[in-house]
Amino acid sequence: MRLYDKDFTSRLLLGTARYPSPAILAKAVKGSGAEIITVSLRREQAGLRSGQEFFALLQSLAVTLLPNTADCHSVKEAVTTAHMARELFQTKWIKLEVIGNVETLQPDIFGLVEAARILCADGFEVFPYMTEDLVLADKLLNVGCKVLMPWGAPIGSGRGLNNLYGLRALRAWFPDVPLIVDAGLGLPSQAAAAMELGYDACLLNTAVAKAGDPAKMAAGFARAIEAGRMAHEAQPMEPRDFAEPSTPQAGKAKLA
Amino acid sequence: MRLLVNGVFQDSDAATLADLLQSLDLAKSAVATALNGSFIRRDERATTKLQEGDSIEIVAPMQGG
Repeated sequence: MRLYDKDFTSRLLLGTARYPSPAILAKAVKGSGAEIITVSLRREQAGLRSGQEFFALLQSLAVTLLPNTADCHSVKEAVTTAHMARELFQTKWIKLEVIGNVETLQPDIFGLVEAARILCADGFEVFPYMTEDLVLADKLLNVGCKVLMPWGAPIGSGRGLNNLYGLRALRAWFPDVPLIVDAGLGLPSQAAAAMELGYDACLLNTAVAKAGDPAKMAAGFARAIEAGRMAHEAQPMEPRDFAEPSTPQAGKAKLA
Repeated sequence: MRLLVNGVFQDSDAATLADLLQSLDLAKSAVATALNGSFIRRDERATTKLQEGDSIEIVAPMQGG
């Protein structure tokens, strides 16, 4: 899988928040084979220096970092956060979130396009967290995004793929754009379904972090994503309304 | 001089943003900074003067989804 100019083997992107401990986070990342993990920026308290410890953990994991603009509600806030992330993590990549609704964490699609336009023009490689809207997708591509990340369902909800039709249409409409389902997945079967639709990858966090055994769940998701991708590449059969015998009828003995 | 640092008012005699980070023992840490909502690059900190009432944000890597 190629995202901007980088090639990856794993199609699982893993978030780093809400794990019981840093050690369990590290185990989940390693066990899943994830090559890209999302990170954020928060206020550093001089006495605690928790950010410095986390930064050391990130460096030890030796994976590609995708910083986010989580909880940004305006274009200015998101753009400023992206600049801070670029300096701190030394990457042009930014998972762009411009939130429009505090309950659903639905993106503000108008602010998202504007922020993406500013950041792409400034040399960022933008991964926009978006709804599955075709027109929005077109506008994001027009301002310079080369990867799109539609939600499956609201962040942290674990509801899976809320709009299968919309996601299928998006895939069909943009066959050559890397598409990543970002947010809302709760189970490996839902990730497999996204991959069977032809999506290039899945990004998830809470489903793994809040599982009883995060490392095992991460590994489960990794296998489901691989299985779903294989199924897509293998070109699935067309479903039918009625049965069709799988065992040949010719040559059956006359016994009745 | 009264500054708002990461949402908390504090008294400081730091003339520049670099001085403030030094006083907080964060000068060599992995942090990014903003002054009154605008990003300030690492190489601009020493020449960024602080004034009474300035709001400074100092952020570090943190877990995120």
